[in-house]
Amino acid sequence: MANAAEIATAAARADVRNRWWLAAPALAIVLLAAIGPLVVVVLYSFMVKGDYGDVKYWQFSLDGWFSVIFERDVFDDTLKLADAHLTILWRSVKLSVITTLVTLLLGFPVAYFIATCDRRWRDFWLFMITLPFWTNLLIRTFAIQEVFRNEGVLNSALLWLGAIKRPLQIMFTDLGILLGMAYVYLPLMVLPLYASLERFDFRFAEAAADLYASNFKVLRRIIIPMVRPGIIAGSILVFIPSLGAYVTPRLLGGGRSLMLGNLIELQFGQGRNWPLGSALSITLTGGVMLALLVYVRAASKSGSGHHG
Amino acid sequence: MPEEKSAIEICDVTKLFGDAFKALDGVSLSIRKNEFFTLLGPSGCGKTTLLRLIAGFEYPTAGTIQLHGKDIATLPPYQRPINTVFQNYALFPHMTASQNIGFGLEMLGRPKAEIAARVDEMLRLVRMEGLRHRRTTELSGGQQQRVALARALAPTPKVLLLDEPLSALDYKLRKEMQIELKRLQLETGITFIFVTHDQEEALTMSDRIAVLSGGRVLQVGNPREIYDCPGDRFVADFIGEANFLSGEIIVATKDRAQVRLASGADILARLPDTAPQQGKVTIIVRPEHAEVHADGRPSPLSGTLESIVYFGTDTHLHVRLAHGDRFVVRRQNSPLQDAALVAGATVGVAFDLAAAQILRN
Repeated sequence: MANAAEIATAAARADVRNRWWLAAPALAIVLLAAIGPLVVVVLYSFMVKGDYGDVKYWQFSLDGWFSVIFERDVFDDTLKLADAHLTILWRSVKLSVITTLVTLLLGFPVAYFIATCDRRWRDFWLFMITLPFWTNLLIRTFAIQEVFRNEGVLNSALLWLGAIKRPLQIMFTDLGILLGMAYVYLPLMVLPLYASLERFDFRFAEAAADLYASNFKVLRRIIIPMVRPGIIAGSILVFIPSLGAYVTPRLLGGGRSLMLGNLIELQFGQGRNWPLGSALSITLTGGVMLALLVYVRAASKSGSGHHG
Repeated sequence: MPEEKSAIEICDVTKLFGDAFKALDGVSLSIRKNEFFTLLGPSGCGKTTLLRLIAGFEYPTAGTIQLHGKDIATLPPYQRPINTVFQNYALFPHMTASQNIGFGLEMLGRPKAEIAARVDEMLRLVRMEGLRHRRTTELSGGQQQRVALARALAPTPKVLLLDEPLSALDYKLRKEMQIELKRLQLETGITFIFVTHDQEEALTMSDRIAVLSGGRVLQVGNPREIYDCPGDRFVADFIGEANFLSGEIIVATKDRAQVRLASGADILARLPDTAPQQGKVTIIVRPEHAEVHADGRPSPLSGTLESIVYFGTDTHLHVRLAHGDRFVVRRQNSPLQDAALVAGATVGVAFDLAAAQILRN
């Protein structure tokens, strides 16, 4: 006859086993859907490119990674830096950083407004903020085109008002991409900022005003440090998709202003260079992780050490 | 000069929230310099609204507020030399105790050395020297309370506002902080305006008390006046315990009246100027000012002793009067207690002229 201790141990063991079984479907999806494709991409980046796309399986090559930074001259086969890639990489980082800053500057007042307005109106405004998500991104981007293009709504209006003499060239420029991305990603900044501001106890703002802090000082010394988690979350949510953006730069930048996402797509499409595309993807992923690490470190450090 | 004496002069202030809710209704108060002044009343009486008007978080719908003779009613809070200790303390969680205390002076643009010296002085004043580098979230309730006080006192305000600052503390700590607050007020010489719904707190700490109800000031006076000579039934009932008797004035002289009670007995009672000089009146008798005896001697009230409740320092005797009202008598306990009183006994209740007072209707 088993004693009580043995029964208890067996029950505990069964409990652990059951928990694994229950978690298994979710774990399988995570492993297959998140880690699996990543492994495939890493493997592909080390293979020889196929002549009509695809790769030659199990033939090891560093060419993919090599061409991320270097390229061979078509005529004399000499090595030089891949200017085009570096330009695109720089443009991607630059536009993503600016997009993040622009959405932060535009999003903070909006989030503040919603968080402080009458409770009955909050749901309405939040609904309005999320409304664009109900429409396909592609269609929204075409709509932006309609606004920005030379004969579009904006230029027509400005011409009619006499503010400009000839149409502003916004389409197919970095500015066009920037405006488009800021529009697309603004809700991703507003929502976490709202969540932080909504939880912010405005009695702290009153206490600061009571201690002779002007409205600006209350914002800078009390509200911003206390909603920092929201600012960090919003920045991450905007920066990551900005860096890998595809549709917006494709339609608003045309063929002229490529971003990393377009470059990668090009390698898997017309470029027929899957190893290079894979290597570029891994570079993008690594770059994002690095940027996040640095940013979160810096942001949370300045949070605690600001006054110390 | 009269302005010289008053720190805060509130004149006919009315505050409406929305169109309907009148939080304050024609309030006028004069708060003297170096005074510990208490706004006392039940929740919703308008005392916190009045404090927020003085601090500048709200603006009056009508009326003026003067600080040392200057109108401040429309100034924003950061332009008023008035600081507040908040009910929940509102200490900035991302700063240390020292940084919290120095915040006001920093905002005033004082030099760093001066701020550091003042912060040290404040930490000593509230006896918190050892905890200057602590985050405020790591402090206990009592310690947070001290930091909040130091923070509000550091810029040397002309007036310090305290919004129920002791309500979050447990009983013992509250007692300790009451003494501490009084000491700070005497040491700094700053005018304190203290908001509370706790009558005991108000009586023990204040120089003067204003009793508020329904957005109006019912009575202003020192604790003795408020307790011993309450103007009306609300004040008498809200502060301390009270027995109310109804009767009719038979003869009134300058400051006293003969009143015939419902029971038919005649008693003498004090008659303040504000009370009605004839007709039906209400009389208040404090429980500790009356006596119960069971020896059958003639007394104005008589009834049945319903229950005897022992409180340690004293005993409450609940008497059901002959005509149905209840009357409570509080008697101080002593080691030599006469055991003559038992529940169910027929007793007489007596009090002298000074103990009975006629109230304003």
